[in-house]
Amino acid sequence: MTDPRLLLLSPGDNVLVLRGAIEAGETVALETGTATVPTRLGMGHKIARRAIAPGEKIVKYGAPIGTATAEIAPGAHVHVHNVRSDHTPTYALAETSEEVPR
Amino acid sequence: MKGYIRSDGRKGIRNVVAVAYLVECAHHVAREIVAPHRDAAHLIGFPGCFPNAYAQQMMERLCTHPNVGGVVLVSLGCESFDRNALAETIRATGRPVEVLVIQREGGTRATIEAGRAAVARIAGEIADAPLVPMEISELVVGTVCGGSDGTSGISGNPAVGRCFDSLVEAGATCIFEETGELIGCEGIMAARATTPDLAAEIRASVDKAAAYYATLGFGSFAAGNAEGGLTTIEEKSLGAYAKSGQSPISGLIKPGDIPPRGGLYLMDVVPDGEVRYGFPNISDNAEIVEMMASGAHMTLFVTGRGSVVGSALAPVIKIAANPHMYERMRDDMDINAGRILNEGASVEDVGDEILDLVARVASGERTKSEDLGHTEFILTYKSFEPIGPACLPV
Repeated sequence: MTDPRLLLLSPGDNVLVLRGAIEAGETVALETGTATVPTRLGMGHKIARRAIAPGEKIVKYGAPIGTATAEIAPGAHVHVHNVRSDHTPTYALAETSEEVPR
Repeated sequence: MKGYIRSDGRKGIRNVVAVAYLVECAHHVAREIVAPHRDAAHLIGFPGCFPNAYAQQMMERLCTHPNVGGVVLVSLGCESFDRNALAETIRATGRPVEVLVIQREGGTRATIEAGRAAVARIAGEIADAPLVPMEISELVVGTVCGGSDGTSGISGNPAVGRCFDSLVEAGATCIFEETGELIGCEGIMAARATTPDLAAEIRASVDKAAAYYATLGFGSFAAGNAEGGLTTIEEKSLGAYAKSGQSPISGLIKPGDIPPRGGLYLMDVVPDGEVRYGFPNISDNAEIVEMMASGAHMTLFVTGRGSVVGSALAPVIKIAANPHMYERMRDDMDINAGRILNEGASVEDVGDEILDLVARVASGERTKSEDLGHTEFILTYKSFEPIGPACLPV
């Protein structure tokens, strides 16, 4: 991994963690090429390291953290909209856009 | 390092008077008793009027915690809590204890007056409690994470894990917990158990937690977790799990069980039997309280979103996982683990920084939450079966 803004936590992971916010329209360098981030993503959020198919496990820390519910393109945001838990459902407020100053 | 020696041989790193209400109806009076003595006296209590063996045992453990030098019990008078049994347990340890019954004292004003006098008298009595040399190996340290975000599991939690490894190596006792927040980690966790039977108990405890939360419909996952980048309970679990470090797991305890020797212990906080009283721990302080009941002298609290809580009785060291939150809330944070993310600090550097602070806080240095007067406390209904023999291998 060459992009210093992205953290690969374990060699087998298919997601990368943001070490800081990435603004909408910025490009990130992945092993497979570059990708453009369509919306601003905050520190600690995840993007796909490579293409992920629906039904595939999302792997972080070298361990599964859920299952993809949609096709996820390399560099795309990986979160509650395209991943479901294999354990108990995630509860998120519909309105989670409240911006925390960074 | 020096500690206040108690009659059971344990040593305290603080010497406070616990003022305990035994039903919500006595809460205001107890709070008013504490008000003029905020440094010397801490407010704890149980709000329920119905009897509960767990609450009784927790209050006994807390009132005889090594950081507690003496106790004032505040009863309304008609609640079910067995104040006499609690007072007897405290008295048997040699601690001064005063029992005030509001209905007997003559109401609010009279009880507040009597309570304030009792706090002053007990604080004076314990002021010259004997201080003796104390080793790192005699420390019991708990850890909890709250207000987690995507940074918690990649900066603060691994740094606490590193600190725990050093403490365990030095012979100290470390406790991590919330099996409901370790769902998905049971396999890797069981592999660290010192015996196969303990491994089976650890797996069973996580299965119990998963079933419990499934009944309730939600995992231990708050809206702020998702906003901060965490997607599923198992992702949060793996991040939380990093707090445990790499040491072998020496035992599985339940709230109030005192670990018999140094090592790393997992605390099972999910009640046994059918789902009866709602969510096991309704907020972070419930977990801190349970680790204190098992003897924790202090708690390492990792937060990404920014929690401000401290605790009654035992200091809380707040570790900021997120560097931006640290900048916004530095008055509340003791350690900036976020520098792992934006300043290139290593997990080892920050782990050693935490270890150093643990020793200083044990020697009397006040944490940020202590300075700010945070003394949060919460205790609710639960029921547990005793742990099995395999949980504490000899």
